[in-house]
Amino acid sequence: MGLIVSENLQKDYQAGEVTVRALKGVSFNIEPASFVSFVGPSGSGKTTLLNLIGCLDKPTGGSLKIGEADVSALDRKQGASFRGKNIGFIFQDFNLMPVLTVYENIEYPLLMVQEVPVKEREKRILNLLQAVGMLEQKDKYPDQISGGQKQRVAVARALVTNPMLVLADEPTANLDHSTAYRVIELMKKMRDEFKTTFIFSTHDQKIVGEAEIIYTLEDGELTGKQVKGGGKNA
Amino acid sequence: MRNLFKIAIRNLLRYKRRTLLTASLITIGVIFVLVFISISGSFKNMMVGQITDSMLGHLQIHKRGYVASIDNLPLNLNLKPNAMKKVEGVLQTIPEIESFSPRIKFGGLFSNFTETTNIRLNGVLPEKEFKTVPLMPSRITAGKKTLQPGEILIPDLLSKGMGVKPGDTVVVVATNQDGSVNGKQFIISGVLEGVTGPGGRDGYIHLNDAVEVLRMEEVEISEVAIRLKDFGKLEKVNAEISNLLSGEVTKQGKPAFEVHTWEKLSPFYNIATMIDLMTFFIKLMLIAVVLISIMNVMIMSVYERVREIGTIAAIGTLPGKILSMFVVEGFCLGLIGIITGNIFGMAIVFILKLAKITFAFGRQEGLILIPTVNVGDLLVISAIVIAVSVIASLQPAYKASRMEPIKALRSV
Repeated sequence: MGLIVSENLQKDYQAGEVTVRALKGVSFNIEPASFVSFVGPSGSGKTTLLNLIGCLDKPTGGSLKIGEADVSALDRKQGASFRGKNIGFIFQDFNLMPVLTVYENIEYPLLMVQEVPVKEREKRILNLLQAVGMLEQKDKYPDQISGGQKQRVAVARALVTNPMLVLADEPTANLDHSTAYRVIELMKKMRDEFKTTFIFSTHDQKIVGEAEIIYTLEDGELTGKQVKGGGKNA
Repeated sequence: MRNLFKIAIRNLLRYKRRTLLTASLITIGVIFVLVFISISGSFKNMMVGQITDSMLGHLQIHKRGYVASIDNLPLNLNLKPNAMKKVEGVLQTIPEIESFSPRIKFGGLFSNFTETTNIRLNGVLPEKEFKTVPLMPSRITAGKKTLQPGEILIPDLLSKGMGVKPGDTVVVVATNQDGSVNGKQFIISGVLEGVTGPGGRDGYIHLNDAVEVLRMEEVEISEVAIRLKDFGKLEKVNAEISNLLSGEVTKQGKPAFEVHTWEKLSPFYNIATMIDLMTFFIKLMLIAVVLISIMNVMIMSVYERVREIGTIAAIGTLPGKILSMFVVEGFCLGLIGIITGNIFGMAIVFILKLAKITFAFGRQEGLILIPTVNVGDLLVISAIVIAVSVIASLQPAYKASRMEPIKALRSV
């Protein structure tokens, strides 16, 4: 049994009179601690799929299970609660809170979502700051650090709640190549260290090569799956 | 909760200029309300104090029907000795009463031997009267601050109009209950400053002289003025006296006495009510200022932070917590406004107090305004601002909490 099991997943959008089918029956199975990438051109359905996996949206048809939970049946509050406990997010624009320091940004989910005791909080945050190499910058605000550093903080924030899954939608889109590689390397390292499943979407062919399992999406359909040497589904 | 406040304060500091402008608006509103309340309240309290402590007393007891005819100063509606004895008996049992003063009120003619004019007179026992209306001696602007039998205190208008001064001899002529006329010579002991309100231009003679002028066979009292130890217990004592006297009925089975607070006897009460009404409307304006300014800021705040809201919602922040974040932000904005408003408002009130601004009210001139703000007003205004700030934040906060993370994250 995989960590994420999708069967015939469909998603339709209504654009005025027209129904747009963004996902046309997508099925896949992702094992725990995988490093997976969904690739495809713009409009292929990558973000839609990630939104469904992230419980940010509901499928029109098919089923989607994460762990034991059928996430397609969760309501708004249950969805928020499930995300808070099980899923970490890394965004293309980093999405750090500008009024919080690096330390406080990472602390935010532990304070406002999980309410973790102070000592445990401190331990986890310092561990992650050390792991992502941002310990020295912990008291800086987001506007005082670079894009790459922001994404490192975002990685730490996504991992601080010990989620079973981290979703990253185009995490390197706003970074230069060398920084993008370093962020992907960092994500891989975190996967190895914390055994967290990482799923990211990208259309950058050079970054795609870093994934261990690559699903190709075209026009709302899965058209290919490539498993590289270290991949769990190899 | 501490973290909600920390985030709220930092978000407010993030838009410093906007926060400063909104907080300033609330501050100015609070200052205006505080200054208005302090000035109008002080004016009201001073005038109530002047009226009650110079003439009326806090409460008055009359024979039933007297107040309806009070302008005629009827002599046939006086309290007979038996009735007066009952009234005294009741008043002596109430510990909240500081003093009371029986008065005989009548109208007469005042003559300086060359000219004659009308005068309204009060026959009083000076010790009791001065204790019941303690500001009365301070109204004596010329002559002695006492009143002996055979002496008269006259209003300054009369003194000027008739060209008489303390030490002069005058004659008072009055018609008694039977219709016969009697006169008596008096020596002017002092001149009374006029006060706006009922009885503000009355003259005073000794009670025994009033009995003599009116040829009363027994002492009949027109009214009993009462002073309380604590003005705040006015309604309670009024109810208690009314209750204790309610057993006394006329032959027709109607109450023998009527008890009135100063409010029913002075037209100034209507002005006081108007002042209260204006204060209420000023508070309404403050509510409007706070409501609109905070709502405007919070709507802007939500509008500008849609992506942030999407992010925190995506990472699992529950809708209730998102709502709290924005409500706390509005609360903090109101709190900043109320703290600075209270500080500056109190400072301005203090400066006004030091400035000793004088004003005239009716014939009274040189009244010194002593504005003060009581803690109750301060707490009420603070509570209004805080409550309105929270209410104003609720709608934008609710909107933020209901945002779909997926749509919010797409926002640019």
